[in-house]
Amino acid sequence: MAKREYSFYPGCSSQKGASSSNLMTSVQTMCEELDIQLNEIPDWNCCAASIGYAGGGELPRLTLSARNIALAEKHHAGQDLVATCAACWLSTREAAERLEEDAKLMTEANQALDEADLKLENKTPIKHMVEVLIEDIGYEEMGGKVKKPLEGIKIAGYVGCQTNRPFGIVGESFENPVYLDKLVDTLGAESIPAYEKKVQCCGGALAFSEPEKSQEMVKGIIEAAYDHGADMIATPCPVCQMNVEVYQDQINATYATKFAMPVVYYSTLMAVAYGRNARDAALDGQIIPAKKLDELAAK
Amino acid sequence: MTANQAMIENYRNSFLKEVEANVEEGEWVKMCMQCGVCSGSCPLGKFWDHPPQEIFMMIRAGKRDQVLGSDSMWMCTSCYNCIVRCPRELPITHIMHGLAHYAKRLGLVPANQPTAKFAQKFWDNLMAKGRVNELKLGLSLYFMNGFGEGVKVAMKNQKLGMNMMKAKRMNPMEIMGGHAVQDLSGFQKAIKKAAELEDARIAQPGG
Repeated sequence: MAKREYSFYPGCSSQKGASSSNLMTSVQTMCEELDIQLNEIPDWNCCAASIGYAGGGELPRLTLSARNIALAEKHHAGQDLVATCAACWLSTREAAERLEEDAKLMTEANQALDEADLKLENKTPIKHMVEVLIEDIGYEEMGGKVKKPLEGIKIAGYVGCQTNRPFGIVGESFENPVYLDKLVDTLGAESIPAYEKKVQCCGGALAFSEPEKSQEMVKGIIEAAYDHGADMIATPCPVCQMNVEVYQDQINATYATKFAMPVVYYSTLMAVAYGRNARDAALDGQIIPAKKLDELAAK
Repeated sequence: MTANQAMIENYRNSFLKEVEANVEEGEWVKMCMQCGVCSGSCPLGKFWDHPPQEIFMMIRAGKRDQVLGSDSMWMCTSCYNCIVRCPRELPITHIMHGLAHYAKRLGLVPANQPTAKFAQKFWDNLMAKGRVNELKLGLSLYFMNGFGEGVKVAMKNQKLGMNMMKAKRMNPMEIMGGHAVQDLSGFQKAIKKAAELEDARIAQPGG
């Protein structure tokens, strides 16, 4: 079957040596196995995430995303634009919709882009990688590629906020999305559909500016996973992964807990289930090792 | 006359009109029916002096100083829970971002608001090279409350930083320059133009 091709927006945190470079590695491996070709948007820029609102006003922020879409339309005409980062996807899709609805903002965004000799057509569908997996590939094809089922591994599917709201995945509920649980089951692991923190906020960027408030929420996310007997948490979002994994030492110090809960990306689960080694699955990017996946990848 | 005084002159007696004209998605504020679902849905709700429902009523009541000088909007984590639950589908998250940005534009943010400081640092960081330099952003964040405080915060996070480096998720060489867009001049000109267009629109009385 012919390769599926997409225009790809990796985002700042997925770059080499950045905090979710492990997402990038495992996504590339997953895409190799699923015959997906990701064409990186040449010279893409930061989307300003959500926290960019204070420094940048509405139009400067929309122009950031408009530049990325314009570059995708120029270099990858006819391809859907795909992002793996929740914030990148949200900002880009939000900009595309806002500019579609507001002719004045669209005119102004193009006036701004003209300074860089670019023009936005705004005809490109903006997708999250999870939409590509569910809508373009499907569970059956994803399941058919499994070489090493993740048997005996219990996984709390943590969808988080921005992959789920305000757009989410078509047909899924905002309060209790089930696609991550279905994916976990598809890979042969045991899902926890009743995991009550699956769409709980981790604090997002406020993990930096309001660490105590954020870590109180992260504590609840991890505690609930332990309550359900989870071996690990899996998430599609780089901010969720970072916030829930890397502050466990500090949370343990504050609350006298003994958390050591691995937090992995869905793409790491898929890379291992598809028979790839620990390096290709980016298991070496874990700060809290996912031992059961390490063992399976080594077999 | 400061930008703030100019706006008070322009919109005398109608803070709602000022918000509708100048705040992102502000035209939605009058649609709020005061049900309070947004306030009850906010993950950091307990930390807001005035939750969104209250902010909407305060705007209608002309409580300009209390709204724009409030700490509240800066508690928004951008989780979008309020947006998807609002029975009238108000873009509440965006209105909170818009109010926070407008307060910053007029110089009314409470002193030492940590998220306001971090958010500005994030924007300045991404504007410098077109992409975020996580290492420089992290270091500037540690030291945003002065050197002494910065050393303490940096020490507290030392283990975290070592962990990230070991996992190759933090690169000390980023301090030398790091990732950047190639057409940096075109990038910066475009965003500058966008800021100028927005400034001009807001400077017009009545938006």
